[in-house]
Amino acid sequence: MAIFQQLGSRTLAFFQRLGRANIFLWAVLCGMPGLIFRLRLLIQQVFSVGVLSLVIIVVAGLFVGMVLGLQGYYTLVDFGAEDSLGVMVALSLVRELGPVVAGLLFAGRAGSALTAEIGLMKATEQLSGMEMMAVDPIKRIIAPRFLAGVLSMPLLAAIFSALGVMGGYLAGVGLLGVDEGAFWSQMRSSVDFNDDIMSGIIKSIVFGAVVTWIAVFEGYDAVPTSEGVSRATTRTVVHASLAVLGLDFLLTALMFGEV
Amino acid sequence: MANTKNNLVEARGLTFQFGSRTIFDGIDLDLQRGKVTAIMGPSGTGKTTLLRLIGGQIRPTAGTLHVDGQNVPGLSRRDLFELRKRMGMLFQSGALLTDLSVFDNVAFPLREHSGLPETMVRDLVLMKLEAVGLRGAQRLMPSELSGGMARRVALARAIALDPMMIMYDEPFTGQDPISMGVLVKLIRNLNEVLGLTSIIVSHDVAETAAIADYIYVLSQGKVVGHGTPHELHQSESEWVRQFMNGAPDGPVPFHYPAADYAAELLSREGS
Repeated sequence: MAIFQQLGSRTLAFFQRLGRANIFLWAVLCGMPGLIFRLRLLIQQVFSVGVLSLVIIVVAGLFVGMVLGLQGYYTLVDFGAEDSLGVMVALSLVRELGPVVAGLLFAGRAGSALTAEIGLMKATEQLSGMEMMAVDPIKRIIAPRFLAGVLSMPLLAAIFSALGVMGGYLAGVGLLGVDEGAFWSQMRSSVDFNDDIMSGIIKSIVFGAVVTWIAVFEGYDAVPTSEGVSRATTRTVVHASLAVLGLDFLLTALMFGEV
Repeated sequence: MANTKNNLVEARGLTFQFGSRTIFDGIDLDLQRGKVTAIMGPSGTGKTTLLRLIGGQIRPTAGTLHVDGQNVPGLSRRDLFELRKRMGMLFQSGALLTDLSVFDNVAFPLREHSGLPETMVRDLVLMKLEAVGLRGAQRLMPSELSGGMARRVALARAIALDPMMIMYDEPFTGQDPISMGVLVKLIRNLNEVLGLTSIIVSHDVAETAAIADYIYVLSQGKVVGHGTPHELHQSESEWVRQFMNGAPDGPVPFHYPAADYAAELLSREGS
C-alpha cells in the first residue's frame, strides 16, 4: 500500500512542479518585451552566460574535432575514402556533435552557474527584497538571463562546430596527410545549408531554450538554503543534460526522419 | 471597528495556515500612523510571516488586512506594486543586491521607479546615505560591509522612495553593541524626522522596548498581550512578564516536555 501511496505522491509532485515550471516560463516570456528598453541588462547577461562559456567551448570543440579527424581517418582509409574526411567531420559536427556537446557543456558551465546564482539570490532574500521594492524579479533577473541563454547557445554551438572543423583539419591534413584540397572541396560540396546547418541551428536554439529554462527555474524554485541550492544545481546539470540528449533524438527523428 | 484614519495597518481576524500548521489564528492588530509599533514573540511565532502578509507576498487564509485603507489580499498585482512603492522593508540579512555597489543598491529603487535624471538620483542617494552615516562607503561592494553597515545601507535603500512606512525584520539580531545602538537611534530618528510609521519585528526586548510606542506580543498564533512597553512590564499575564523580563522558567517551562527524568535514567531501553 505504502508503495502505491508513494508512487502517487511522487507523480503528483512531478506534475505540480511541471505545472509550476510552465507558469514560470509563461511569466518569463511575458517579461521579454520589456527588455527592449533595457538592453544593458541583456548584454550583461549575454556576457556572463555566453562569453564566459567561450573558453570551454573553444577548447572542447578543438579536441572533439581532432578526435573525429583521427578516428574518421582510420575508418575511411580502409576504403580508400580518406578524401571524404572533411565531409565526415563537418557533418558530424554541424548536425549532431556541435549542438549536443555544446549543449551539454553549456548545461554544465552556464546552467549550473545560473541556478546557483538565482538560488543564492533567493536564499539571501534578494529576490523577495526586490519584490518588496515593487520590482518583479522575473522581469528584472530571470527574463534577461533566459533570453541571453537562448541567444548564446546557437552562437556557442556554431563556434564549437567551426573550431571542431579546424581540429579535424589539423588532425587529418596536418598530422595524417589527407589532401588539403579534397578535404575542403568535398566538405563544401556535401554540406547543405538548409538540410545540415539549419537543422543544427534549430537544435541549438531548442537546447539553449530548454537548458536555460531548466536552469533558471531550478534556481527560482530552489529551497532557499545552502543545501537546497546545491541540490538544485545538481538537478539542473542532470536534467538539462538528459533533456539535451532526449530532445536530440526527437529532433533528429523529426528533421531527418523522412528517409 | 477602530479609527481607520489613525491606523495605517489594520488586521481583523487575520488567519494564516501553512500546510496543516496554523501560524496565525484570528489576530487583530491596529498599527497607528507615525508610531513605532513592535511585534514581539518567541522565535518561530511567525513574526516575519506577518510582515510578508502586510507586504502582500503571501495571502492570509482568512481575515482582512488593510494598509492605508486598501485590503492587501484583495489587491491586483499592479495595485500591490503601487502600494509596495510606499512601503520599505528591511530584511534580516539586508538583502542587498550582491552584484551592485552600495551606491547602486540605494539608487536601485530610484532608477527602477522614479524616472529621475541621473544627477538627481545621485543627490538623493548621497542624502540617504548621509542619513545613515555611510556616505563615505558608497563605492564599497556589499561583501566588503560588516553586518551592521549592510543593514544601514539596506535602511538607506528602504527610505530611498520616501515610503509611508518601514518594516524592520529582526533589525537587532546578531549586531554588536555599537551597531545595535546605531540602529536603535536610526530607527527612532528616521521615524520622527521622516514622519514614518515603523513596524519592528523582534525578540530583543530591551532594545525594542526602548524605542517602541506600542508593542504586540504574539505567541502560538494569538496576540497574548499588547500595550505600551510600560504597560507590558506590568502585565497581569505571567507569560508576558516572563517574556518581557527574559526569565528562564515560568509559564514557558525550561524543560521540553519529556518522560519522567528518574524513570528514563533507570530504564534500560535504548542503551
